[in-house]
Amino acid sequence: MSRNTASGFHQPGPSRASSDGPLLELDDLRTHFKTERGLVRAVDGVTLTLNRGEALGVVGESGSGKTVLSRSIMGLLPGSAVTSGSVRFAGQEILDLPMKQRRHLWGAEMSMVFQNPLNSLNPLMKIGKQIAEPLRLHLGMDKKNARDTAVELLRSVRIPEPEARLGQFPHELSGGMRQRVMIAMALACGPTVLFADEPTTALDVTVQAQILEVIGEQRRDRNMAVVLVTHDLGVVAGHTDQIAVMYGGKLVERAPTRTLFADMKMPYTKSLLKSIPKLSDPSHTRLSTITGRPPDLVHPPKGCNFAPRCPYAREKCHHEEPTLQTTNDPNHVFACWYPVGSPEFSDREAELDAAGYVGASKESAS
Amino acid sequence: MSMSEFGAEAEIEFRGTRAASPELDESGELENASRPGSTIDVDADEKAAKRKLGFTFWVSALWLVLVIGGAILAPYLAIKSPDVNFIQPGERPPYSPSAEHWFGTDQDARDMFSRTLYGARTSLTVGFAAIAFGVLVGGSLGLLAGYFRGKVDQFISFAFLTLLSFPALVLAILITVLLERSLTTIAIVIGILSVAPVGRVARATTISFADREFVLAAKSLGARHPRIIIRELLPNVLIPMGAFSLLGVAIAIVAEGSLAFLGQSVEKGPTWGKIILTASQSSRDLEKYPFMAFFPIMTLFLTVLALNFAGDRLRSYFDVKELSL
Repeated sequence: MSRNTASGFHQPGPSRASSDGPLLELDDLRTHFKTERGLVRAVDGVTLTLNRGEALGVVGESGSGKTVLSRSIMGLLPGSAVTSGSVRFAGQEILDLPMKQRRHLWGAEMSMVFQNPLNSLNPLMKIGKQIAEPLRLHLGMDKKNARDTAVELLRSVRIPEPEARLGQFPHELSGGMRQRVMIAMALACGPTVLFADEPTTALDVTVQAQILEVIGEQRRDRNMAVVLVTHDLGVVAGHTDQIAVMYGGKLVERAPTRTLFADMKMPYTKSLLKSIPKLSDPSHTRLSTITGRPPDLVHPPKGCNFAPRCPYAREKCHHEEPTLQTTNDPNHVFACWYPVGSPEFSDREAELDAAGYVGASKESAS
Repeated sequence: MSMSEFGAEAEIEFRGTRAASPELDESGELENASRPGSTIDVDADEKAAKRKLGFTFWVSALWLVLVIGGAILAPYLAIKSPDVNFIQPGERPPYSPSAEHWFGTDQDARDMFSRTLYGARTSLTVGFAAIAFGVLVGGSLGLLAGYFRGKVDQFISFAFLTLLSFPALVLAILITVLLERSLTTIAIVIGILSVAPVGRVARATTISFADREFVLAAKSLGARHPRIIIRELLPNVLIPMGAFSLLGVAIAIVAEGSLAFLGQSVEKGPTWGKIILTASQSSRDLEKYPFMAFFPIMTLFLTVLALNFAGDRLRSYFDVKELSL
């Protein structure tokens, strides 16, 4: 799809001018919310880079700040939010851009697919109109052109009989179909980065795979970067190049997908992976869970955020906050004093195994 | 989640009936062939069939059509003039209902049927115009308050509360005493009184929609505030508002009646309130000829009742639709 300069953002032409550098660079991004209880540190110092066409998975529990992270990058935050740090998009700092200029990025350069497709379409507007709207708004297309493009978009996200869908209302489509429509809408103006905020959580498992497939396909076809926000490591495993694990608003581990699964350092990542039930488990296997609750973001623990829930935590973890360190792979960073594989970790694991601790790793044995 | 389950169930049911009767299967297949994606349509049809407006709604609607139609067409219908005194020699008015005068006449021997119809013209106009004003002003303010929240909301909500706290009747009488009591004035007076309640409903409805993801989605695609308010929120807010405003019309009609009873309604021509007032001016006459007040009161009562029923039914009708989304 040809992009038109009507979107107005292109005076500085950031996306085209420096197409060799990374697409998105976050540096110590912080998003805090002022609430009656105090300052909620929803995102607390995240540093990340994302290249063109790359897929990044942001993984964490509810309340780990992953959704706020993606919305902070987009700039879709409520008024009570205070952001600091830096977000550079195609070389240009966008965090302090005025709303007016930022809006030109939305849809045209970065767009978002939301969690609940049942809620994210206007119930009173026909599908065709909803998709055509951003096309006409950003690309200045006329009615007919927009319609044709809408049909093309619907076809590209594998919606059968796209022409017939244009005249239908959201409630006439299934959840999976609606999410496809959402993706089509988000893709309409050919963004360079797509944020997918738990795009499959509200859908059933078979549909999940299809939706992820569609997003992956579009990413390859359009050389578009994707930020896939999810709580499910299984979802990101096959669909991302890089994974960032978040806990309590902080980045606790980041690595290329393959490296992460082969050699995860952070006990939290390990616990997340273990909480996915496996097909190979005998039936009635007790589900492994992470005990306790995500940290209070108003009064975070003094040392490592994860220490209170971490079976491998030692004295030091409760007092000193671990900083991000790299492994021998410079792309693999993690924040942990006693990472998986360290002597202290192995010692504790042996102790736990001996005590028959359910939450402890069994994989190392198998 | 329960809705998708329901959808699946409906589909299974549908398949079941099709399998049971071969002829239906034939036509079903034909339909499928001619109209793509018809399973979805059938599901929608079945849902629609289950959600009915009901008997009371249609009776109410019929009554409203009769009254409104009669009011609009009154000057062209072959009815008596509302202002002529049909004095029958040798008899003192009011006269009882007869073939000549269906609803009887009042003390001045004016035809009650005709007066009731002409009264409907004023009363209904005032009712609908007042609420139209309320929806226009209150609805817009409510939308703005519900969408922007914060300072805007505080200011508008404060204004609504002030309006609500002001004694309605005092405000109405104050204005009608100062200004010429034309139809427009009365409609605006009642309209002003309806701004706050209508606006608060609009605000509440807007808030419930403004948090929905489709608004955020529109925003994330670069839509501006006016676009979001007009294209995304307004249509969604209008439906519940429309149903609510029918109830408002009923209240406005009664309000006009109360004003008329205080001698503060439209000066020219009959209104329902004024007719009832005239009829009840002499208690001796009213005792002897209760029909004088009975017919206009009955018409007013039935109309308000019908508006209430219709508005209520419409509101729950669209509520159900909302749930199925």
